Amino acid sequence: MSMDFLYPDYTVVRNKDLCTNCQICVKQCGLGVHTYDAKTKSMRADSTKCINCQRCVAFCPTLALKIVKSDNTYKLNDNWTSSAINEVIQQAGSGGMLLSSMGNPRSYPIYWDKILINASQVTNPSIDPLREPMETRTFLGKKPSKIERDEQGRLQFDKAPPHLTLKVPILFAGMSYGAVSYNVHESLARAAEQLGTYYNTGEGGLHENLYKYGKNTIVQVASGRFGVHKAYLDAGAAIEIKIGQGAKPGIGGHLPGYKVGSEVSKTRMIPEGSDAISPAPHHDIYSIEDLRQLVYSLKEATAYTKPIIVKIAAVHNVAAIASGIARSGADIIAIDGFRAGTGAAPTRIRDNVGIPIELAVAAVDDRLREEHIRNNISLVVSGGIRNSADVLKAIALGADAVYIATPALIALGCHMCRSCQTGKCNWGITTQRPDLVARLDPDEGTRRLVNLVSAWQHEIMEMMGGMGINSIEALKGNRLMLRGIGLNQKELDILGIKHAGE
Amino acid sequence: MRINATNNLNFRVLNEQIRNTEDKNVIIDNCLGQRFIGSGMGQRKLTINGTPGNALGAYLNGADIEVNGNAQDATGDTMNNGSIVIHGNCGDATGYGMRGGEIYIKGNVGFRAGIHMKAYQENSPVMVVGGSAGSFLGEYQAGGTIIVLGLNEEAEAPVGAQCCTGMHGGCIFLRCDSLPEDLPAQVVSRKATKYDLDHIDGYLESFCEHFSVEKEQILEKPFYVLEPNTNNPYHSIYTTYLS
Amino acid sequence: MLKEGQVRIPSGCAISGIFSRNGRRLDGEKIIASIETMHVRSNGLGGGFAAYGIYPEHRDCYALHVFYDNETAKEEAETLLLKYFEISVSEKIPTRPMPQITDAPIIWRYFAIPSPHFLQDKELEEKELAVECVFKINADIAGAYVFSCGKNMGVFKAVGYPEDVGRYYRLEEYEGYSWTAHGRYPTNTPGWWGGAHPFALLDYTIVHNGEISSYDANRRFIEMYGYKCALLTDTEVITYMIDYLHRRKQLTLTEVADVIAAPFWEEIDRMPEDRRRYYTSLRNIFSDMLITGPFSILLGFEGGIMALNDRLKLRSLVAAEKDDMVYIASEECAIRAIEPELDRIFAPKYGEPVIYTLNKEAQL
Repeated sequence: MSMDFLYPDYTVVRNKDLCTNCQICVKQCGLGVHTYDAKTKSMRADSTKCINCQRCVAFCPTLALKIVKSDNTYKLNDNWTSSAINEVIQQAGSGGMLLSSMGNPRSYPIYWDKILINASQVTNPSIDPLREPMETRTFLGKKPSKIERDEQGRLQFDKAPPHLTLKVPILFAGMSYGAVSYNVHESLARAAEQLGTYYNTGEGGLHENLYKYGKNTIVQVASGRFGVHKAYLDAGAAIEIKIGQGAKPGIGGHLPGYKVGSEVSKTRMIPEGSDAISPAPHHDIYSIEDLRQLVYSLKEATAYTKPIIVKIAAVHNVAAIASGIARSGADIIAIDGFRAGTGAAPTRIRDNVGIPIELAVAAVDDRLREEHIRNNISLVVSGGIRNSADVLKAIALGADAVYIATPALIALGCHMCRSCQTGKCNWGITTQRPDLVARLDPDEGTRRLVNLVSAWQHEIMEMMGGMGINSIEALKGNRLMLRGIGLNQKELDILGIKHAGE
Repeated sequence: MRINATNNLNFRVLNEQIRNTEDKNVIIDNCLGQRFIGSGMGQRKLTINGTPGNALGAYLNGADIEVNGNAQDATGDTMNNGSIVIHGNCGDATGYGMRGGEIYIKGNVGFRAGIHMKAYQENSPVMVVGGSAGSFLGEYQAGGTIIVLGLNEEAEAPVGAQCCTGMHGGCIFLRCDSLPEDLPAQVVSRKATKYDLDHIDGYLESFCEHFSVEKEQILEKPFYVLEPNTNNPYHSIYTTYLS
Repeated sequence: MLKEGQVRIPSGCAISGIFSRNGRRLDGEKIIASIETMHVRSNGLGGGFAAYGIYPEHRDCYALHVFYDNETAKEEAETLLLKYFEISVSEKIPTRPMPQITDAPIIWRYFAIPSPHFLQDKELEEKELAVECVFKINADIAGAYVFSCGKNMGVFKAVGYPEDVGRYYRLEEYEGYSWTAHGRYPTNTPGWWGGAHPFALLDYTIVHNGEISSYDANRRFIEMYGYKCALLTDTEVITYMIDYLHRRKQLTLTEVADVIAAPFWEEIDRMPEDRRRYYTSLRNIFSDMLITGPFSILLGFEGGIMALNDRLKLRSLVAAEKDDMVYIASEECAIRAIEPELDRIFAPKYGEPVIYTLNKEAQL
């Protein structure tokens, strides 16, 4: 035991002068950190159980609680940091692969923060979005290669490929029911409907109560095929084939049996309590031409009425892979960068595999244009979008739209404790425990998601107006509107932008 | 309705014809590689003469498909209900992720047949293979029943390597005198009891009916049953790391 | 200092156009007088003209106008030209020495028909072949720049004020049924002749006022289809977009205008079903061809002229009619200066193209 001991990274600090022994913290903590000692009539806290989710802090009525970084420390060492040492200790004790959640927390470069946005001065006018039209409507899907006319010479659009219409170029990315709670899904579905955009089921199927939001739903088909059947495919506005995700490229998924309760079981169409394992690859796709087969089997199953999205993780060869996808019959490519979140991923994979989405979107957009096939496919990017400026930069680099998930979860109460894999989320997000799930009110969740995306939309419109652009399509791939700051020539070349001052 | 698929009739044209007809019985002649036939199809009877292409009966939802010939890869992918009867051999990843319905193959099946097959409530998929199966049979199997008869097979066990690797539900019946030696640790095997055979009797009956085989001939050899010994095969390999 | 093509140079401008619907041919005096009225809108760093119907005796030939920096460039370009074309006339374009116009390159003109053998070999449509040759010269031969390549029309441009440029090229000696003119106000320029406007591709010429904000989105899209934006100017990219939509995608000019200066969604969503579907589909299919930011353009083409304002009408544009004559300019004064009595004068609405074409009876 003593050899395995790890001093907690964070310590619960209680101000005894402020604490009234109300025990709200006891009720709020699903991990049992807080206890009341009736003998001494005082509160206790066990920091070893604390995951620093901030639930007790947020609900303490007297501001008596805070969680601070522990100051217990090993001898300082820039090479053998305390986390490097702790990992070895934990693995030596357990023999297990480290399992983490949410996105890569390490200090890799964040290119969003090294890109600056332009504004108009004199040579053309900026536009005030509060008083003049400012358009963010976005279409996703293949553009028809031929223009059709009827006998009278009027343009005909009946044969145009199916597409998605978004009021704002932001969609909610796939998070499976099972990994997140029902109330998260309901909030996302209702917010997507109100915002005129889409949410994505993730790979855990679609709960029967949520079929009514189908026209704002993207249904996902992953290697485990959970909950995939004809009615599910018909329910969504688009179908996403999930090849990979940014947090764990090349790795399958594993929802432990204890998270598969009766509702998750019904939705995934697997028995209660059984593990839901997603194989690493789709076992009908071992080569790019096999992807075409899965794309078309879904198109055939839905009579060519829905766009097909193929989601991949941003990996080293992402541009060539995207080119292959663009030629597979898919209508939309979703690319997930290496900072994307997850309910659970092997720590080494999360922290070491994949590339930043900023570089991936630039490389993919370039490649598709070089091959003259950018019009065959739309590009949705995700994995590391934190605010509206990131969205705008992604679109100016060449994306049609972005998927967000981590910001959506934060809007729903997530405080980024990165402990989803425990299944005891105190905010009712990544848990299936009914008492915890009930903490997330879907009415409130919907309201907060709508607020977040609406606020971002207004910020995007302000920035567009500043550039003199009044429609989002004129921003797409408009890299002249961007400049790099503190980037080397290679990075600028990949991003296809000039340095500030040039 | 009868469709002549000769001269490489385009799969999209062919499937559109099938989708758009009111006829409950559709016969396709001279089929040669057209993919996605019967994709997502409900109550129908499709008879295919020739060699249908990949992903035959993907997401099948109640239709009955009979193939007079061999079928290719990914037959019955994510099939939900209905039946597929192949009077010949069938390719790789047959019955991938199937959740319900029945697949009968007179001859052999390729690699990774029944991969990630799963059962749910009243749905329990069945795949019966008359000949032998390739490697990775029932990989990740989470439910349903796979039966491999090995009729006219010389090999001791009618399956390739790595049978039922990652299996965590359902069962596999192998008709043979002895089991393969490389079965994974999380799988237990036993000789089929009368109770076990009762469970598959109806499927064997159907197989015999489809392909005019005598059931007595099938029962001449013993069956083994393979099942997972835990629902959580990978549970112990991870340790939660809060970083 | 970097020139157009090496750096993107925003500029403001004046534009003017004259068009005879009966196909009457007028000399260049009037268009010079018109553009001269708007002298203050230019800054002397570029001026130019496009004229249609000026080479009736060579109507079947491509008229290639080329700037050469030196004889070597000329020799190189001519070697390439001879691969593509049979040249019937090769001559210096006549100019008049003027103190205001300096640093002139060699200004040459060819009348040429595509070589029939080459056409067969390459299996290209005649116009595609001409375009290919022009792009090759402009991209690959240093010091050579083809600035006009249509039939029975020509562009004349230089560094200077437009009225001086007009007189320098002796435009009073040419007669055309359609004239456009441009006075340039670039924010910086080394004074390169090729960077002056109009910009031309085949018989399409564009004069344009304003700096568009969608430039790089439009450029990166159009470059997928074989166009090379060598000058990095708005006018160049707009010309290519119109060529792509009108000549290659066979959209009508009205449809082209509905793509590049599409109405706002607010408006579209209120339209009757068929119009809504029309605009929504066009905006979806050609989303990368929307132009935002201020522009007013005059498009000259064989047999017609089109004026178009951006979707917010951020630039001034006035059109007028008198008998068979049509006048379009940045400012009314530029029209009144040459035709005080008008039948009708109006300001084109935002995004709504004003298109005039020759009457059926017009004889060229």
